[in-house]
Parts: sequence; structure tokens; C-alpha cells
Amino acid sequence: MSALEAVLLTIITASTPLLLAAVGELVVERSGVLNLGVEGMMIMGAVTGFAAAYTTGSATAGVAAAIGAGIVMALLFAFLTQTLAANQMATGLALTLFGIGLSGLIGQPFTGLPGVRLGAMHVPGLSDLPLIGPVLFGQDALVYASVAITALVAWVFTRTRLGLMIRAIGSNHHSAHALGYDVAGVRYGCIAFGGACAGLAGGYLSLVYTPQWIENMTAGRGWIALALVVFATWTPNRVAAGAYLFGAVWIMGLYAQGIGVAIPPQFLASLPYLVTIVALLAISGNRVLTKVNTPACIGQTFVPDR
Amino acid sequence: MRLVLEKRPERSRAMQVASPLFAIALTVLFGSVLFAARGFDPLHAIYVYFIGPLTTLWSVEELIVKATPLVLIGAGLAICFRADLWNIGAEGQLIAGALAGASIPILAPEWDSALAIPAMLLLGMFGGMAWAAVPALLRNRFGANEILTSLMLVYVAQYLLDWLVRGPWRDPHGFNFPKSISFSDWHLLATFGDGRVHLGAVFAVLAVVLLAVFMARTLKGFEIRVRGEAPRASGFGGFSQPGTTWLCFGLSGALAGLAGICEVAGPVGQLQPTISPGYGFTAIIVAFLGRLNPLGALVGGVVLAICYLGGEAAQVELSISEKTAQVFQGLLLFLILTCDTLIRCRVRLERATQSPPQRDERVPVSLRNTSMTRSRFRLPGQSLRGAAR
Amino acid sequence: METTDDGYLLEAEDIVKRFGGFTANDRVNLRLRPGEIHALLGENGAGKSTLVKIIYGALQPSAGRLRWHGETVAVPSPGAARQLGIGMVFQHFSLFDALTVVENVALAVPGPFDPDALAQRVARVSEEYGLPLDPAALVADLPVGVRQRIEVVRCLLQEPRLLIMDEPTAVLTPQETRQLFVTLRRLASDGCAVLYISHRLEELRELCHRATILRRGRVVADVDPRAETAGSLARLMVGANVQSVNAEARETAGPAALTVTDLSLPAAGSFGVPLRNVSLEVRSGEVAAVAGVAGNGQSELFEVLSGERLAPTPESVIIAGRPCGARDITERRRLGAAFVPEERLGHSAVPGFRLWENVLLTRHASGDDLVRTGFISGGRTRALATRVTRRFDVRSGRHDQEANALSGGNLQKFVVGRELDRNPRVLVINQPTWGVDAGAAALIRQALVDRARDGAAVLVISQDLDEIFEIADRIAVISRGALSDTYRSDGIDRERIGMLMAGAHEAGPAPDQDAWT
Repeated sequence: MSALEAVLLTIITASTPLLLAAVGELVVERSGVLNLGVEGMMIMGAVTGFAAAYTTGSATAGVAAAIGAGIVMALLFAFLTQTLAANQMATGLALTLFGIGLSGLIGQPFTGLPGVRLGAMHVPGLSDLPLIGPVLFGQDALVYASVAITALVAWVFTRTRLGLMIRAIGSNHHSAHALGYDVAGVRYGCIAFGGACAGLAGGYLSLVYTPQWIENMTAGRGWIALALVVFATWTPNRVAAGAYLFGAVWIMGLYAQGIGVAIPPQFLASLPYLVTIVALLAISGNRVLTKVNTPACIGQTFVPDR
Repeated sequence: MRLVLEKRPERSRAMQVASPLFAIALTVLFGSVLFAARGFDPLHAIYVYFIGPLTTLWSVEELIVKATPLVLIGAGLAICFRADLWNIGAEGQLIAGALAGASIPILAPEWDSALAIPAMLLLGMFGGMAWAAVPALLRNRFGANEILTSLMLVYVAQYLLDWLVRGPWRDPHGFNFPKSISFSDWHLLATFGDGRVHLGAVFAVLAVVLLAVFMARTLKGFEIRVRGEAPRASGFGGFSQPGTTWLCFGLSGALAGLAGICEVAGPVGQLQPTISPGYGFTAIIVAFLGRLNPLGALVGGVVLAICYLGGEAAQVELSISEKTAQVFQGLLLFLILTCDTLIRCRVRLERATQSPPQRDERVPVSLRNTSMTRSRFRLPGQSLRGAAR
Repeated sequence: METTDDGYLLEAEDIVKRFGGFTANDRVNLRLRPGEIHALLGENGAGKSTLVKIIYGALQPSAGRLRWHGETVAVPSPGAARQLGIGMVFQHFSLFDALTVVENVALAVPGPFDPDALAQRVARVSEEYGLPLDPAALVADLPVGVRQRIEVVRCLLQEPRLLIMDEPTAVLTPQETRQLFVTLRRLASDGCAVLYISHRLEELRELCHRATILRRGRVVADVDPRAETAGSLARLMVGANVQSVNAEARETAGPAALTVTDLSLPAAGSFGVPLRNVSLEVRSGEVAAVAGVAGNGQSELFEVLSGERLAPTPESVIIAGRPCGARDITERRRLGAAFVPEERLGHSAVPGFRLWENVLLTRHASGDDLVRTGFISGGRTRALATRVTRRFDVRSGRHDQEANALSGGNLQKFVVGRELDRNPRVLVINQPTWGVDAGAAALIRQALVDRARDGAAVLVISQDLDEIFEIADRIAVISRGALSDTYRSDGIDRERIGMLMAGAHEAGPAPDQDAWT
């Protein structure tokens, strides 16, 4: 395997959890809800995914458990914000704090144990092609799933009534309610989808990226995914581009260390966070791009008259 | 059955007091269920966890030590959240304050002067303020989301601290451990009792009282409250939005910085890779438990400190992981938010179907006689009917 | 199944709707025949909107029933109402700014999702009814009159047998209103019933066959509006004689107290309206009015006059002889100016704050000594709040009540009173009686006129032409951010104002905000 191949492979592996979490959150935000609990759902996905895979010995069971954990966490958020009309910012923060705490508790007996790795796919012939073979055809199933989910979301938003409905609810929940749409119901669905994606992203970390359980192993990726959605101005294809860009930055730091660049490793490690800030600045300065796509109702509580 | 919310015409004042109490009670209830499920006597476990820390002088002092940073930071965050500004990077501001303040004992260890401690405290506040000024600046100047920027800066601060204690500020005689030199006595805060409660506790009480007066009685405090309730009205009142942002981030950053320097010049006594068990994040819960009111933050800080101590006690006495403390903290915040709904709304259960008196006479739309309604009346325009197909 | 069929399309029987302790509809009865244009008349808060929301399935009645062609039906949702053949055009449109016209239509039309086919249907219906629409246009870019067309076309696509229109003419020019009436009459002659909600009496007498009048949630009369006078309808609606405003003009107005000179301002955000070369002079002792259809730059004009947005040059806004374009709202208040914005909750008052705290909002620097060295005097502020509530008849207004607990009329009296209590030299007020009951409206209008006669310059920005003719000495019209010349109110008629509303005075390219042709 050439060095370039290896770099590309690691970039894809580093980008996939960001893409999964971000595309899920994109759907949530398009429906007018801001869920700051991505980090919490992700870490819960990571720990339950690992625990299930370790206990059953099946990586597939791990993936399913990760998704399930994400959904359960998301439904907790949905119940508070949609049914009880609680503040979305505070509830999202609570979800993150709770998730980090609970994952530590659940994961304690699993710390340091060898994990079950979700294997790469192998397509005879194609996977053996030089360079593009391993990169395009030799990935694990979740990489393809992340791309497929992104494409699916893009298609739903532009081509289907469901996507139109979600965009409409995010754009003006009062109008949508007046027309008879079930605002809270649709948002429940979107939040659950976001949770499934975040859980899967977490599971990817503990089943593929570093197949073991380490406390706080999400390391702020959930927050970066949130920033990615803003950076991508709520469009799926730009989320994908952004995720791969951020994955590249993440890996760049590691490789710079590897080839002996004389910069303290801590500075390289803080690079993704600094790049996130810079990316937010770049996009926030561009009013045209942000205004048009920003879901007008984002973060607002909606309680219909009855 | 479904839950139905009904907006109250005015916020319930009784519930504003009762809601945090409900939340605490529910957390204890959930906790005992959790303990029972793991095979412990729930009453005993609850006693160890929530009452034990209050029964000995030693643990009460420890409680004050833990509550000090929580109250300092929580009171500042309460003000930020009141203004609808989401500074969630207090952990980073705490580290920045600790680093700025610790520069004196590390770079000038021989400077033995009555001015040393005040200088450290001021530098600590300044460091926290400077770290918090970044998200404020980026929000005011570029409109960047302060939640994400303030949080990203936590990671940056942690790596900065890590680099300093492993690199330039490492104790040269410390056997290569990632630690700074231990601060000399003249660079440590005065203590009370048997030597653990430090001056920071006084600062915390002072900060709470001053901020409570500030919020309730001054025009600046009024400005902050207006900004959170109705941003347009704040402009109409003649208050500057960027100005309020600077003020809130500056205040909360300075308090977090003060908490940071008080930690390293108090219980910790040196710099090390971890100087806070997540006080900056736990303080978010403190602020909410205190109803975003500085006085409430005092109570909230004590409750959350009990949670930390109870976690440690439970680990020793019952061999329950100390991680349960974090779970309880997260659970508590959830339950506060849940109970806060009662302030704004009445909640009742209702049968899934609407049940007006003549329910049995009603005909579902799907059963209505469509052929009759269609044939009987003319439609608006023949061509329109065609168009509608 | 109980079936009584006397040829009625819709019968609402003994409808009761309670919100908590408040009864919005109290045993309301309403009957409509096919092809009938039926007015629902009443003051703000009389229960009109609640009743139509129940008919449209957006609210469920606490008691009572609906019959459709004589059959008792449940209308659990707006979707069910549309299936029955009920369409509704909302007062505050149920449109989505960020979506295109055809997407907005698709959201209300069942069936497979095919934007291209739907765009063709939209084009066909809009052509047939003379309601021109571009299916691909973004709603945010369209003027209010065109937005209403989208709502109407969206209803027509579903072959409605009942069309509900909630205050449709509030946002239209007189010419656009006439075109709307042509469309409605045509629909009625095709057999579609129209339930028409308004409190504009002359309009009802011109258009409607029957009128049901609501007062405080109850039906007080069911009349033929053509046999009534505007005065008799008003009495039925209000339940008493409506006090008319005494606005005798003083012959000599004083010197200019508020001058705007050639003011241009870019749009704020992508959905705002830019101001274009606005010039205006308001003299001490007079009430000047800016008429116009909503969303033509009124809020922008208000904000630049109040100082919430600054003008490009200091000289473009002059208050009491001082250049103010670069001064903020507090400095302008110190010069004796006072302002009342359109939105009561969230702009002129903080919803969750008590009345005395809301007094502080605009009076903290107005020389009443409410704040000393940064500290608030609670006693003086409460006393001031009590004075305002007494002087301006703010009912049940205690100084410690939260603003959002007050009715629209009482809160408006409070926010207007808060400013008038200062005896300002210049007063700028946007939509002074929007959504306010007749009693409060009369009180506010009289107070504005009285203030002007005491020597203040009063500028009223309003969509309500009746109001403007009642109190204004001089009138200008704003359209797409451009202001017309000012006319004496006895020297201009509604026809001319309507043409100005449609942009007759605008320089440059002809406006595309044309009438319903």
C-alpha cells in the first residue's frame, strides 16, 4: 500500500463519523430544531456499540446497538423540547453532559478490552486496483452507508413531499401548523433520525476508527459536526465536502508529527478546533449564503393554540 | 392518553421556587431506583450519597472547597444565559485564568510580596476574561455562533495547558512528571479551618451578593435581562447589543478565570495537566438549578458539590463507580428543564381522542357521503375542475 | 345519522370554545348557503378568528357541532377541512418565505408530488381567475398583494365549496380590493360560498349578502348589511355609540420639528425593504400620516426615525433642529422625541416583564430621575407606572402585572401612555391602533390629536385609511420604500391614495406590484 493510499484511507476513516453526525443534525436543523446534544448521542453510540459488539462478538450487533442508543437519547431530547416545550439549547447541553457521564459509567468495565472491528468490504477485482481500489472499493460498509445516507437526504430534500414538508416546518412552524401539519410529530421523526446518525457515528469510532472503548473518545467531534452544518449552510453536499475537509485537517496533524515537523504535538492536536472556528468565521461573514438557507425557526419553541 | 400543555397567562411564581426542588427530589427518586436495580439498599445508598457529605466537619469543608469554583462560575454563567448568550466554554476560561495567574509563581517564584496574591488574582480574572472575549468578539464582529466558538476554545486551552506543563513550565527537578513547580507559601491563598477552605470561598459569596444586587437593582442588570427576554425591545430601550455581549462574556470569563486561579493557588498548588474535574461544564447545571439567578447559583453550587462528594463517598463505601456522580448531574439538569415547564404551562393528561359532548353523532370525514356532496352542487368553474385533476 | 337539509352548505350550531378560563366562542350559530357571501363582523377579540379556525379544523370546539350539507361532521384537522371543500386565506398568511410559489401551493394540495405538473395547474388557474403568478418565484421576494394571490390560488386549486377569507383587504390598496371583490363575486356566482371576515363596514355593505355580528364571543345580530348603515353596523359591533374623534384643525401649524431629507437606506437582511430618497417634514401642532400597504418600508422608516438604525448622514434626520442621523434612540429621546413601534409584545414592551419594568425600558434616561448612578429607583418607577395606567385608563393594569397578561387594547394604551406622559415634542407612532378594540382605538386617536394641538409634531404611520382621514392634517404615501409628496388631507381622496400605494409616485422602472388584473 502506497503512502498516498494510506493517507487517503485514514482521511476517509476520520471523516466518516463527522459526515454521519453532521448529516443527521442537518435534517434536525432543517426541521427547525437545534440539538446541541450530538456529542452526547455520539458518545452513547460509541459505548453501547462497543459493549454490544464485545458481548455478542458481532460487529453488526454493535452497529445496531449504537443506532438504538442514539435514537433513545434523541427521543429523550424530543420529549423535553417538543412535548414539554423546554428550551432547546439547555436540553441539548443536558443531553451532552448526561451522555458523557452515562457513557463513562457504562464503559467502565470495558476500558482497555480489545474490541471487535467491523471489517472492510472486499470486491474481487475492483478492490485490488491500484490506488482507487482500496480507496473506492475496499472500505467498510459504514463508509458507503454514510455516503448513501447523504445522497438520500439530498434527494429527499429536493425531490420529495417529505423533504418539502420538513423544510416548510423549519421555515415557518406557525404556517405549517395552520395548514394542518403535525409540527411536533415531524420534528420527533427528524430528531430520531439525527439521533440514529449520531449514534452510528459514535459506533463507527469504537468499532472501526479505534476499535476499543476510551472515555471521552468522541473528543468534541459532535460539536465539530454541529459547526459543519453551519459551515455547509444546511446543504447535504456541502456537509460532505466539509466533513472530508475536516477529516483531512485531523489527519494532517497526525502525519505532520509522524514526519517530524518541529511543532509541539499539542498545537497540531488543537488544529481541528481552531480550523472549526476559522471555518465558522468564514461562513458567518457571508450573509448571503447563510441567510437564504438558515431555517428561520431554528431553536424556537413552538406551542400551538388548542 | 396524551400530555397536553396549556400556557399560563402569567408565569407561576410558586413554581419558580418549587421547580428546582421537584427536580432534586425526582433525581433522588431516580437515584434510589438505580441503586435498587444494582442490588443496593436504596435508603442506605441515598444516605451515603446525599446526606453523608453533610455529617462531618471534614466533609463540609470539602464541600465548600468543591462548591467554590462551581458557585463562582455558575453565577457568571447565570448572567450570560439570562441575556440569551450561550457561553459554554467556562472550562476553557477557567484554564486560561489559571495559566495567566500561575505565570507569577512559575516565572517569578522568588517574588515574595503582599502584592503577589492580588496580582495573581487579577491576572487570573484577566486571563479568563481574555479567553471569553474571543467568542464575544467573533460574535459581535462576524456573527459567529458563540456556543461553538466558546466550546472549541476549551479544547485549545486544554492543549495549551498540556503543552506548558510538559514543556516550558515543567518543573526541572520533577523527575520528568508533567507538573509545574509547587507554588511557594506566599503564592498560595490564605486558608481557614484545618487548611483546605481558602479565600476563594469568600470571593464566591461576595461575587454572588454583588451580582444579585447588580442584576436586580442596576440599569446594566436590567439591560441584560431585557436582552434575554426580548432582543428587539432592548434596541428600542436604547441598549447596545454588542455592549451587552461584551459585558456578559467579560463578567463570566473573569469569574471563571478567578475560579481557575483560586483552584491552582488553593487546593492544587501547582499546574498539572488536569486542574478541574469539569467544573466549567458542571457550572452550567449550577446556573440552571439556581434559576439563572446569582443567589440561586449559591444553592446550586452546594447541591452539585454534594453530588461530587457523594460520588466519591459512594465509591469508597459501596464501590459504586464515581462516574454515577456525572450521571446524576446530567439527570438533574434534565429534570430541572422538565419541571421548568410547569412554570410556563399547566400540564394535564388528556384522552387521545377529542371528546366533546356529541361525540357519537360525529361522522369521520372518511365516512362522509362523497358522491352526494359532489353531485349536488356546482363547482366553481368547469375548467377549474378539469385543472384540478 | 341525523340529516337535516334546508339547502344550507354549512351550519355551525352552538359552538363553544374555551381557552382556560376564557370563553372565546359562547354558543355561536352561523349558517351559510352555497353562493352566498357572508360577512362575519366583530371587533378584535370578539371571537371571529376562533370560529373560523374551528370551521377550518385548526381548533377543536369545546362543545357544539358543525353540519356540512346537513350532515354532522367532525373536522379534526385543516387537511380534513380541505377534503370537505373548505379553503381558507389567513390574515397572517400561512406562507413560507424560503420556498417558491409552487412549493407553497404543493404543501396544501394532496396527491403525488410533481412540481412541474403543479406549476402548470397554478398557471392555468391563475390565468383563468386573473391572478397572475410566477410559480418559480421565491415568496420572500414578492409584495404582499401577490402573496395573497398565492393563498387564493392555493385554495382555488382544491375546488372549494366554501372559501374563508380573514381580513383580506387589510393588506390591499383600494384598487386591489376592488379586483378582489370581482374575483369573489365570480366565485360566488359559480356556487362557492364565501365567509368574509372584516371590520371594515363600508366594504361589507358593498360586497356581502348577509352578516353575522359577534360581540365578546356571542352572536348579537344576523342582518342584511345592504339594509344597514355603517353607523348601525358599528353600533351592533361595539354595543354602544362609537365616540368620534374631535380633530378640529388649527389653522397655523408651527415650525418643522421633524425633518427627513433625501434619506436612503439599504435593506437590512435579504428580506428587508430599502428606503429610497425619503423626504418629509412634520410641523409642531400637526398630525402627519404615512399611509401604505404593509411591508413597503414602514418598519424601516420607523427604525431610522427612532434611531434603532442610524441614518447614513447626520443631517438626513433632524429632530427639534438638531441633526440626529447619527444619534441613538436615547439621545433622540433626550431631545424630546418619543416613539411607539408597531409590535407591542417584544418591541415596545418586554412580554414577561412587569408594567413598572416596562416603564423603565423607555424612560430610564428621560429625565424622570428613575436611575441614579446606575441604580434603579423602584419606588419612583412604580409610581410613574401607576400614573400612566390611571391617566390612560389601562384597565386592571397594576404596576406589578406582566405585560403579556394585558389585552391588546390595554397594552397599547399603556405603551402609548408611557410616551405621551412625557409630553414629547415629537412623536412617531407606527400602526397606533392595530389589533385594538374600538374603545381603546378612539381613546388613543384622541390622545394623539390632543398632543398635536398642544404643540407637538405627531407622525402616524398607518395602514388604516379610515384612521388616517380621521386624525391626520397631512398625508404622504409610502410604496416600496419611496415616499410620495405630502398632501393636505382635505385635498386628496382615497382613489389618489390608492394609486400612490401602488407606486404612482415612484421614479424609475414601473413597479411590478400591479393590481389584480
